[in-house]
Amino acid sequence: MSESGDPMDVTNRVQLPESEGGQAEHEQGPRLAVRQSRDEPEVQREVVFDVRDVSNYYGDFRAVRNVTLPVFRNEITALIGPSGCGKTTFLRNLNRMNDLIEGARIEGELLYHGVDLYDPQVDPVEVRRRIGMVFQKPNPFPKSIYDNVAFGPRIAGFTGNMDDLVEESLHRAALWDEVKDKLKESGMALSGGQQQRLCIARAIATRPDVILMDEPCSALDPIATQRIEDLMLELKHRYSIVIVTHNMQQAARVSDRTAFFTVEVHEDSGQRTGTVVEYDKTETIFTNPSDKRTEDYVTGRFG
Amino acid sequence: MAGVSIEARPAGTSLSVSDLRLKMGRRRREGVVRRVFFAAALVSVLINVLIVVTLFDGTWDFLSRVELRLLWTDGWFPRRDMYDIRTIVAGTMVVAVVAMVVATPLGLGAAVYLAEYASRRARRWLKPILEVLAGIPSVVMGFFALIWISPNIMQSFFDAGLFSLGAAGIGVGILITPLVASVAEDAMFAVPGSLREASYGLGARKRATTIRVVFPAAVSGIVAALILGISRAIGETLVVAIAAGGTGGSLFTIDPRQQGQTMTAAMTALATGSDQVKGATLAFPSLFFVGALLFFMTLGLNVMSERFVRRVRKSY
Amino acid sequence: MAATHVSATAGAVEQALRGRRTDVGGVAFRIALFGALLISLLVLVILLADVFRTAWPVFRDRGVADFVTSNISSLPERAGVRQGIIGSLYIVAFVVVIAIPLGIGGAIYMEEYARDTRLTRVINANIRNLAGVPAIVYGLLGIALFVQFQALQPITGGRSIISGGLTIAILVLPIVIITSAEALRAVPRSIREAAFGVGATRWEVVRSHVLPYAAPGIFTGTILTLARAFGETAPLILLGAATGFLSTGSAGFVDTLKGPYTALPTLVFAYARKNLRAFEQITAATIVTLLVVLLLVNATAIILRNRYERKW
Repeated sequence: MSESGDPMDVTNRVQLPESEGGQAEHEQGPRLAVRQSRDEPEVQREVVFDVRDVSNYYGDFRAVRNVTLPVFRNEITALIGPSGCGKTTFLRNLNRMNDLIEGARIEGELLYHGVDLYDPQVDPVEVRRRIGMVFQKPNPFPKSIYDNVAFGPRIAGFTGNMDDLVEESLHRAALWDEVKDKLKESGMALSGGQQQRLCIARAIATRPDVILMDEPCSALDPIATQRIEDLMLELKHRYSIVIVTHNMQQAARVSDRTAFFTVEVHEDSGQRTGTVVEYDKTETIFTNPSDKRTEDYVTGRFG
Repeated sequence: MAGVSIEARPAGTSLSVSDLRLKMGRRRREGVVRRVFFAAALVSVLINVLIVVTLFDGTWDFLSRVELRLLWTDGWFPRRDMYDIRTIVAGTMVVAVVAMVVATPLGLGAAVYLAEYASRRARRWLKPILEVLAGIPSVVMGFFALIWISPNIMQSFFDAGLFSLGAAGIGVGILITPLVASVAEDAMFAVPGSLREASYGLGARKRATTIRVVFPAAVSGIVAALILGISRAIGETLVVAIAAGGTGGSLFTIDPRQQGQTMTAAMTALATGSDQVKGATLAFPSLFFVGALLFFMTLGLNVMSERFVRRVRKSY
Repeated sequence: MAATHVSATAGAVEQALRGRRTDVGGVAFRIALFGALLISLLVLVILLADVFRTAWPVFRDRGVADFVTSNISSLPERAGVRQGIIGSLYIVAFVVVIAIPLGIGGAIYMEEYARDTRLTRVINANIRNLAGVPAIVYGLLGIALFVQFQALQPITGGRSIISGGLTIAILVLPIVIITSAEALRAVPRSIREAAFGVGATRWEVVRSHVLPYAAPGIFTGTILTLARAFGETAPLILLGAATGFLSTGSAGFVDTLKGPYTALPTLVFAYARKNLRAFEQITAATIVTLLVVLLLVNATAIILRNRYERKW
């Protein structure tokens, strides 16, 4: 393997597993950040995604316009807003999932750790391995639980101990205890909430540093939702999470930062274009928003 | 190797574009696979081109050597250099008309029954049986047309001989009935239930609803089914080659009780004797001329049928 | 009688709700429709019964084994279908080796790779057109390509199994593509997204998830194709199968492939065109053989498909 000479390799292997102490450090970080006042500059946060003036097009139709927002490391960033406001479309920019849709393109600049994600040299396949995704409806492969988790690392050329990796991923997704005796059984046989955690384990297994979640709880009951939310709070110590949600309480409960999207209807053509109205710390968005539209939405007067 | 790491991005290191490139081997494999599949898809285009080239080349060969007045004479007798197009086109038309006379009521009746009347359980039984009928090889239907249809229908009711265009036409009609039924049923199935409910709401009975509401709404698909049936009937070979007679050639006729020659049967007859006649006359190249005629007739019908099918898809 | 206990008014209402009279037209219409279906099914029954009845003496007097293992003969009492079965198997082998992989590959390109470009639409139109081309026209293509074309003629050996097999393979190709594409289209998008989401390449998604999911559907389509290949006659007649005799001697494999041949359905045609009275029973017996082969092919398909589906 040509990559074996890569200096990153050493760091990689050293980094896993993370020590308990390291986690404790993070524990306080984001909550403090929320409590800080808006004007205080933040220097300690590392930017994962630097989104600058990004617009989405389907052919000539502009679905999302002029989004600018930074996504920070080890935070949960929530995207909220009414239906059809382009949250999901925007989310799928971040791991180039929109490349799969015919006629879809973006304008603007989208930097991931300083690298232009849409650089012609960049391969979306490699992007998606580093930036995992969890979908609205749990969609495990119609294969065994083990194979569900192992598929990603296998195709990525992982040659280490696969059993350990599968166990570790299922542990992190808080699913191990429930499935450890039936790893060979089909992932489809699990309950909805378990399926969704299996999908999270599957996303974790490729060792990403970001997890994108597209309304991960919308198909789940309240108890399963609660478990996923707890899991997200756990996961953010290792990963950065961007979540699209319809559920404002969920955004308020779990996220550190919230972007409020809305939809603008073009007067002549009737075209509906989504855009970001306000992006700030979650507490600010929910308690002291600066835009009237945000306030109307979070107080339930609209949408 | 102690495990290739696939870690995304550890803290404190910087990422570069080259980290987000796919490994060479995987990228190359992807390109190769894609090209292989693309080539497989292109084969269809190649085949089409070859068919057209073949037909044009043979037709040109034939037309440049034949005396044009021989294309308009008393009958189709290639061994005597008589290539009356009217004869084989008329024979084809007779077979197609007889076939549609059989297949239209049977196919549409079956389709309406399956789509509007049959219970779900009945459908589960009846459809596979129709599919079995659709799977009967045409050579088998040809034999059946000769030993059963001909004596029991054409000879006893219509005073025809053992071989007749009519017997072949009935056989072809039965053969295309499942096709007509299935395309028409698809069209009626696509008619939204709300239309039917609206009709029942106005107090219409099932029959009125079927004839006045469902049928008109599905008419494009039904027309498509019939056109497709005609196209198949024209291209059907074996039933005609076995049951229509006229293997040595035929005089012009439009009487279904007579022996006759269709385009496809003429081609079979030419081919089974082509070894002997090759070079001596124009019989062999005439094969390609007839083939071209057949190809463009069915092509036209198929394109027309597809237009109608697309119209159904657009409206619902 | 319940009606006598009902008051006059209720009786009148009931009468009105029932309609003035029984809907004779409606019932007749329904019967006519069912009749149409029934006739179609009846034809199938008559066809099978008549063919089996006609063929019965052959199997009764000579036994199935004798008929199936006897060679072609101009004497009805000695004629059999051995070469036809062997020839048909050869031809189907060409379909399996050439048309099925090529067709599935083409379907994968059209469903998984192709974007909506002009070229894609052209390819699509070509596939649909090919599916509608009459079988006999493929025979002409076979003649031009494998018999007359000087560069290929030495390889195919003229009117040979190779030519016949290749021609039938070309003929069924669009069917393979269309049925496989349908099976691929039935694979839920969420499975593809899940696989792409963990960083799979297009081919990895197809190979590991789409193809296994679509396999039963593709398989069924493939079987339909084989059945079609077994029964297809017209192109083989143009390519000399009706007059050919598969060499029964100890010729080498390649020589056999390049030699004259026949197939089951063309044998039906050849026998049917001989003296009808003398060969009626032989023809019917050949048809029965053909139908049994088709039945076996389809049954195998169903069994294999069920077993595969149970896996997950």
